[in-house]
Amino acid sequence: MIEFSNWDIVRNLLFATQWTVLLSLAAFVCGSSVALCLSAIRLTRNPVMVRFVKVYIELFQGTPLLMQMFLCFFGLSMMGYEISAWGAAILSLTLFTSAFLVEIWRGCIDTLPKGQWEASRVLGMNFLQTLRFIILPQAMRVAFAPTVGFSVQVVKGTALASVIGFVELTKAGTMLNNATFEPFKVFIFVALIYFALCYPLSLFSQFLEKKYHVAR
Amino acid sequence: MLNFSDLLPYTDVFLGGLLTTIELTVLTTFLGVMVGTLCASIRQYGSKASRRVVAAYVELIRNTPFIVQLFFIFFGLPSIGFLLTPWQASIIALTINLGAYSTEIIRAGLSNIPKGQWEAAKVLGMNFRQTLMRVVFTPAFEKIYPALTSQCIIVMLGSAVLSQISVQDLTYAANLVQSRNFRAFESYVITALMYLGLAMLMRYAFSLIGKRVFAYREVR
Repeated sequence: MIEFSNWDIVRNLLFATQWTVLLSLAAFVCGSSVALCLSAIRLTRNPVMVRFVKVYIELFQGTPLLMQMFLCFFGLSMMGYEISAWGAAILSLTLFTSAFLVEIWRGCIDTLPKGQWEASRVLGMNFLQTLRFIILPQAMRVAFAPTVGFSVQVVKGTALASVIGFVELTKAGTMLNNATFEPFKVFIFVALIYFALCYPLSLFSQFLEKKYHVAR
Repeated sequence: MLNFSDLLPYTDVFLGGLLTTIELTVLTTFLGVMVGTLCASIRQYGSKASRRVVAAYVELIRNTPFIVQLFFIFFGLPSIGFLLTPWQASIIALTINLGAYSTEIIRAGLSNIPKGQWEAAKVLGMNFRQTLMRVVFTPAFEKIYPALTSQCIIVMLGSAVLSQISVQDLTYAANLVQSRNFRAFESYVITALMYLGLAMLMRYAFSLIGKRVFAYREVR
């Protein structure tokens, strides 16, 4: 039997942390891209499209992230689409992230006065120009703090990827637990690493909130 | 290709899981909001040291994943002598988790109460406890009620993770069924829809309770 020192545990956990970070980044980038498209769709005020976005949000906010992962991983495989744990994790986290971000950004966009839209209309701008030059720059300032705040939820969400067998921080923790039989120590280390990842983001979000003086 | 009729023989399994999830949710929503109320009061009105302790608890829980908290409680605590059944571990984990989030939410409500309310209560001869119970809590909760509702629903959805420590909840039922009849997609879709229904039901229940509790504004 191999002996594990504290350093061995931490070293292995840190090695797995890079996958947590990578998965978080991928999910966040993909999620915000989808959310951006959905926000634009919502703003077209086409009733069918607005309805679609509403249902999308309701569906992915109203079901557990774990269920979405199972559906993407086991469900899609059973339907005949081969998908890796990595792919399923990114797919489900993207759906989850985008559903929440659309809702967060909706609040930010709706705080802008309606006159902004009307004024750009008068200036002869079309929909995309208005979005690109008038709405987005202003909405982004407001949206910055809550978006950073939500990124904490994404990092924590990646922990569920351990359940479908993707080896990231939590999975590494359970594996090390099985090897060392020291769950108390192992899971404290795991929790501390997550804390080290998330707490700076939380603080940064609070700092931004103060800086931009946004009343939420 | 889809065949939902294969799920019919397992109706009892699904219903059993659903019942467990509801039971856990009702119990821990109640306990979690109690913990949250207590901690928020300490965080707002307590001594400096006790405020620090509560702040540390809130930040620690809010910045770590629920599944890690659960594993720590279920696997970690027994190794230092606290033996817990999966059921007990689940209730503790959910309560601690909801407690931390609701502390932050309820505190926002408490800090929103105008100082004049406290002064008026003092003039009427109320002590600290009376003021809190009779003057402060109701409007404070009314203010943050929607946020609290959302958080309770998020915790209910998070309870899907409990299946990982073999609590026989809805997700556990879905896993069991799909391992028996290999209808993974169908089984998970049905379960996801049940969660969705549960989330909507919770929102409705909360709004019904809210209407009753916050009816004081209407002049009788």
